[in-house]
Amino acid sequence: MTAIKSIRSRTVNLPSTNIDTDQIMPARFLTTTTKAGLGEQLFADWRYDESGRPKPDFVLNQPQAKGCQVLVAGRNIGCGSSREHAPWALLDYGFRAVVSTEIADIFRNNSLKNGLLPVIVDGETHEWLLANPGAEVVIDLESCTLTLPTGIAVKFPIDAFARYCLLNGVDELGYLLSKDDAIGAYEQRRE
Amino acid sequence: MTLPKTMFEKVWDRHVVVPETADTPAVLFIDLHLTHEVTSPQAFQLLRERGLRLRRPDLTLATMDHSTPTRTAQVFGGEPISIESAARQVRQLEVNCAEFGVELFGLQHELRGIVHIIGPELGLTQPGSTIVCGDSHTSTHGAFGALAFGIGSTEVGHVFATQCLLQRRPKTLAIEIANALAPGVMAKDLILAIIGRIGVAGGTGHVLEYRGAAIRAMDMEARMTVCNMSIEAGARAGMIAPDDTTFAYLKGKPRAPQGAAWDEAVARWRELPTDAGARFDSSVDIDAAALEPMITYGTNPGMVVPISATIPARAGDPAFDKALTYMGFTAGEPIKDQPVNIVFLGSCTNGRLSDLRAAADVLRGHKVAKGVHLLVVPGSQQVRRAAEKEGLDRVFLEAGADWRESGCSMCLGMNGDTVPKGEYAVSTSNRNFEGRQGVGARTLLASPLTAAASAIRGRVTDPRDVLNG
Repeated sequence: MTAIKSIRSRTVNLPSTNIDTDQIMPARFLTTTTKAGLGEQLFADWRYDESGRPKPDFVLNQPQAKGCQVLVAGRNIGCGSSREHAPWALLDYGFRAVVSTEIADIFRNNSLKNGLLPVIVDGETHEWLLANPGAEVVIDLESCTLTLPTGIAVKFPIDAFARYCLLNGVDELGYLLSKDDAIGAYEQRRE
Repeated sequence: MTLPKTMFEKVWDRHVVVPETADTPAVLFIDLHLTHEVTSPQAFQLLRERGLRLRRPDLTLATMDHSTPTRTAQVFGGEPISIESAARQVRQLEVNCAEFGVELFGLQHELRGIVHIIGPELGLTQPGSTIVCGDSHTSTHGAFGALAFGIGSTEVGHVFATQCLLQRRPKTLAIEIANALAPGVMAKDLILAIIGRIGVAGGTGHVLEYRGAAIRAMDMEARMTVCNMSIEAGARAGMIAPDDTTFAYLKGKPRAPQGAAWDEAVARWRELPTDAGARFDSSVDIDAAALEPMITYGTNPGMVVPISATIPARAGDPAFDKALTYMGFTAGEPIKDQPVNIVFLGSCTNGRLSDLRAAADVLRGHKVAKGVHLLVVPGSQQVRRAAEKEGLDRVFLEAGADWRESGCSMCLGMNGDTVPKGEYAVSTSNRNFEGRQGVGARTLLASPLTAAASAIRGRVTDPRDVLNG
C-alpha cells in the first residue's frame, strides 16, 4: 500500500444523504473474484443509461469532475452492505478521500484498510463544501486537518492506528501476524 | 466487588487477546467465521499472495448463497448457471475451500443455505461467542447473545490468517421494548418501526441490545428477524440475551454441545445477560402494543410508515423528494392499496420456517392476484425440506406461487432473480435501496403476513383485513 501524507485536490459533490454501497457498486457486479477495474462500474445506475451511455446530468460525467480525488457526499455515506467493492471502486476510479458529516461503520473501516481516507467534518464545513463544488482542498493526514480554500482548517477524527498504517504505507495484517504468540496463548487458555 | 456489565461487555472482555490502547485497537478472537462466494475470493487471494495458511479451518465454514441459482434444474438438474461470472465465482469458492481445507456446503449439499440461516439451524451460532462474516447481516446471530457483525473482505483475510480482528470497542444502545405485539404484527414490523424511530444512522458506532417483554415473548426465529436488520439502523451489531427459549432451540442441534458439555455450556450461557445496574451509553423505549404492520415507501429502510398511514412529506429535503420520485409515489396518498407486481418471500430476514408458515396461513385457500408473481425462496435446503414435509409447498403452488431452491435470490438479484424496471415488489427482505432488487426496481419492505396478503389482492394490503375476513 502506498503511504498517504496529504491530498490536494478539487472536490466533486454528491449531496444525496444515505448513499448506500448498493449505489456505489450495484450487486450485479459483485460476481467478480478480483478487485481490478471496478471503477468502470462505480455508481453505475446513476452514471449510465440503459444502453450503457453516460448520463450527461450525472456529476461524474461532467468535465469539471475529471481528476477530482475528493468526493464530498451527503450525510451517512456507505450505509448498507459490507461489500468492500465500494471503496475498491472509488479508489480504482481515482478518488482518494470521501468527506461527509457521517460515514457508516463498515464502509469507513473498509476504506481505511485500502487507503481511501474517510474524512468526517462538522455541519458548517460540510455545508460550505456542498455550496462550493470544485473547491480545492488540502487533506493532511499528519495534522488530521482539512483546509478549505478560504484558509480555514478543520480537524477530522481518525483512529490512531489506522493513521499510523496509512502514513507509513503498511497494512494492518502485519501487526496482527506479529501477535501470533498472544493468539496462540489465548487459544491454549480457551481449550 | 466487580462492576455490573452489559452482555456486550461480557462477550467482548472474554475475547480480548491483546487489550486496546490509545495507539492500537484490541485484538479480538473470533469463535466462528462464516464465509460465502461473494466476499471471500479476494481474501483467499491475500493468503496466497502472503504465503499464509488459514489458521483455524475448524472454526471456519463456507456456503454458497448469493450468486447461486434457485431453479431446481440449475441446482440439481445439471442445467448450467445462467450467469457465467456467477458460475465462475461458485467454482472459485470450491477451489479455495479445497486448497485451504475449509468445510464447504456446495451447491447440491443438503445443508446449504443462506449463511445466516444455516449457522443457527446447525447449532453453530452459540451464546457468548464472537461470529463474523463478510456480510452485513451477520448481526442476525446476535439473537443468541453472540457478538456477531459484518466485515469487509480485507478483514475476512485477517480472520483467515489469524482468527482475530483489530477492533475498537463500540458503544452500547439499549432498545427497551415494552408490552406485546398485537395479532398480525410481526418481528419484522417491530424492527422496521425501530429503524423508523432511530433512523438509518441511529445505531452507528453502537451495539444494540434488544430488551423487554416483547423480545422475551418471541421465538428464536422472530428474534433473528429483529437482530438481522440492526445493520439497517447503522448498528455494528444487535444482541438479545439468551434464555430458556434460546437453549430449547439449540438443544440437540447437530453442532451444539452435547451431553455433559451441553450442561456446562448452558450454565455458562446463563451468566451472559446484562447485570442489573449495568450502564448503556444510551437507550430508546418502544411500546410494542402500539405498533401496526409497517411498510416502507422510500429508498431506505428508515422511510417506513404504519400500513394505515399516508406517505409523508418532508419540505426542503431533496433526497426525500428524489426517493418519492424514484418510487412513483406522491406525498399524502395512502400506502395501502398501492399496486403490486411482485411479492418476494424469503431472505436472511424472513426466509425461515415460521415465516413460510405465517405466509401460508394467509395464502391457504386463496390465489395470488392475476398478474402478480409470488416468488417463495426458502432460506436453506433444511427449511425447504421442513416446509415440504408439512405441505407448505402445496399451499404456495396451489396459490400460484413459484417455489424455489434456497438462496439470497431476489433480496439483491445477484443470481438473476430480479424485479423488472419500474415494477413494485412487496418484499420480506431487508433493503429497499434504489436498484437493490434490479435496475429501476421499486421495493416495499414488509412482513411475511403483509407480503402474502398483498399477493392475494395485488395491492398493498393490511394482513389483518385478510386474516379477519
